[in-house]
Amino acid sequence: MFKYIKYLLAAAGAFALSGCQYHILSPQGWVGIQERNLLVIATLLMLIIIIPVLIMAVYFPLKYRADRSDLSDYDPTFEHSNKIEVAVWGIPILITAALGWYTYVYTHRLDPYRPLDHLQAGIPIEVDAVSLDWKWLFIYPEFGVASVNELAVPVGRPVNFRLTSSTVMNTLSIPALGGMVYSMAGMETQLHLVADAPGVFPGRAAHYSGPGFSHMTFDTLSMSDADFDSWIANAKSDGTDLGRETYLTLEKPSIADPVRYFATVEDGLFDHVVEMCVDSGTVCAGQMMMQDKMGGGGIAGIPNAAAYSYDSKRAIDGLGTLIDLPTPNPEAFHEAFLNSPDYICGPSARKEAVIHVN
Amino acid sequence: MSIETISPLFGRLSLDWIPYQEPILVGTFAAVAIGGFAVLVLMTYYGLWGSFWRDWVTSVDHKKIGIMYMVLGFIMMVRGFADALMMRAQQALAAGGAEGYLPQHHFDQVFTAHGVIMIFFVAMAFVTGIMNFVMPTQIGARDVAFPFLNNFSFWMTVAGALLVNISLFVGEFARVGWLAFPPLSGASFSTGPGMDYYLWSLQIAGVGTTLSGINLIATIIKMRAPGMKMMDMPVFTWTALATNVLIVAAFPVLTATLALLTLDRYFGMHFFTNDFGGNPMMYINLIWIWGHPEVYILIIPIFGVISEVVATFSGKPLFGYKTMVWATACIMVLSFIVWLHHFFTMGSGANVNTFFGITTMIIAVPTGVKIFNWLFTLYKGRVRLELPMYWTIGFLVTFTIGGMTGVLLAVPPVDFQLHNTLFLVAHFHNVIIGGVVFGVYAAVTYWWPKAFGFKLNDT
Repeated sequence: MFKYIKYLLAAAGAFALSGCQYHILSPQGWVGIQERNLLVIATLLMLIIIIPVLIMAVYFPLKYRADRSDLSDYDPTFEHSNKIEVAVWGIPILITAALGWYTYVYTHRLDPYRPLDHLQAGIPIEVDAVSLDWKWLFIYPEFGVASVNELAVPVGRPVNFRLTSSTVMNTLSIPALGGMVYSMAGMETQLHLVADAPGVFPGRAAHYSGPGFSHMTFDTLSMSDADFDSWIANAKSDGTDLGRETYLTLEKPSIADPVRYFATVEDGLFDHVVEMCVDSGTVCAGQMMMQDKMGGGGIAGIPNAAAYSYDSKRAIDGLGTLIDLPTPNPEAFHEAFLNSPDYICGPSARKEAVIHVN
Repeated sequence: MSIETISPLFGRLSLDWIPYQEPILVGTFAAVAIGGFAVLVLMTYYGLWGSFWRDWVTSVDHKKIGIMYMVLGFIMMVRGFADALMMRAQQALAAGGAEGYLPQHHFDQVFTAHGVIMIFFVAMAFVTGIMNFVMPTQIGARDVAFPFLNNFSFWMTVAGALLVNISLFVGEFARVGWLAFPPLSGASFSTGPGMDYYLWSLQIAGVGTTLSGINLIATIIKMRAPGMKMMDMPVFTWTALATNVLIVAAFPVLTATLALLTLDRYFGMHFFTNDFGGNPMMYINLIWIWGHPEVYILIIPIFGVISEVVATFSGKPLFGYKTMVWATACIMVLSFIVWLHHFFTMGSGANVNTFFGITTMIIAVPTGVKIFNWLFTLYKGRVRLELPMYWTIGFLVTFTIGGMTGVLLAVPPVDFQLHNTLFLVAHFHNVIIGGVVFGVYAAVTYWWPKAFGFKLNDT
């Protein structure tokens, strides 16, 4: 029995690995293919030095073991050799230089912010992706539709993502198409990918984001232009409207949401999400920066804090349920603000300030 | 909806937070209570309290403190390993859409605790313990420069470890991953006392580590035996020096970063929140400015251990002593200019990513030189294949593979795909288990006779 244990172990290993998906090694888009190629180049370059090291690490202790029959090659004075020094510094430096060159070239070529115009592929489509707790919202601004937990892209046309998050950090990862970029609240990041073949590719949030994280997955449907058009048409006929009120309901924490569609999307919704001011009565981030630039609210502005507050209205417990934190009342502020708009900026800014509250 | 309250004395902790309703925790508590009670009874029965207090708890002997660090490391390793088993069991049971046996609230704590415990209270305790035990004897010093401070540092670390363990039964632990990235770790998205336990335990243990670093640097600089120049020091002492320089340079960053997050959580400040101009990216920058040197703090002393073991069991002096010293110094300096490789995917731009990718690769050069030096120490040697040597061979093979995956992750476009994946998890377990843990086992078996006066049975 024990004779065969290594085969059993190998079989068990093969069985365990059969659950793996190999999208990184067999990607379906130009970006992913380039990244895979670089992975292979880097691995091969390093194997030049790794394989001899691994062989030596096992061979030397065995060859020079103390109980060998012929000890005539034992040389206790051998502790320095200029030739070896040159080799052990020189060869890794050369390999690192080669790898550094590839790194420079590929990092610039595959900068996630770089549009894929140079591929001479089709007309790009725009997708604004928002990581919500714990689902993905994909907005198609050109078509005025949106979807939750399902991303459709036409084959061969670059996809220009703009990413943001409603609360905590996240990252959009579709390994079959290419690498990932973080999505962060109050910020907009970019990612450019393209699908070269039709298919259904798994996508997921790849940055731990709280209780519902492990269910934050979605399918990426890569489809022909005609299929894509009918997917859009289907979203338009099946979906409901996504206004700012609907968004505020949608962004409330939920786990393992089903796919759903929105037939219309209110103009500028994504920008409001980025500026953290979808909720009317809150001040947009850009507006706040302008106020800060002009001197800020000062001591007098403290009662207005609720209109700038974002995180505390979205507080959750360990199971992902919304809970209340003790916060000032935003409505009270809103009243006060409507009565006296100057209240929001410091005395020095009072004259120029053009206040716009959403 | 419940309302979170914060008391001035207990913070977010209240009686409601005692997890009576969790059978796993109640069972664990019962086992710990019975085991702890048995230990107390046995210690009383054999009259060990006086000796325990005088000879160990209040001891300023660097060897005893070193041994106590190792004991702490092994105890916490049991806890961290239990966490690992629980995580894997949950993942196996929850495959294919099943629920598994842990609710997310519990799983998220377990995986945070695993990382925190294994790095701060296992690996750090081990390397500090080995440096404490070995380094003063290697340079002929009677003790460290500040013996009482050494004892104090140790008990600071223990206090941190105790807080993590208390959180198991009173309250909860953080649910944020081992580095607690905000805004997830902020007041809004980590309600409850767990994240506060995290902050306090790491803050206390971190200050202890800083003090220990200052202590050991002073010892190496000022207390070498007469006539021992720097270039006469054993390689392990050199690596201890490099490590403690890193500790003194990096740990204050951790202290400051955690203090800022504490201000966010306790006083409603906005360093790392989404709103009011806070910037979570700043936390990620700061924590990795500490975090990257931290992994070299763990591995550099092990480089020293391997150097000692390889030379001893090859019956030869270490090959390329000077190269070894310079390689250590290179790694020490370079480890401070690579931190951004932990977040290539945050959108830094191609030039920044390239810079940090290449600096990271450059670290592979002095590390590779070290591996070659060990190999050429074996070359033409008389290698006694005893236990420490087996661990060393295991180290050489596993750590080399871990190093290769590390360089792959240092290439930004490759990292875009592999970031946050199991490939990354495998990489750092390869270098931390295959590197640090194997090296620690080599050190324990190698210096065991020095500590306890007898040799461990090899078979």
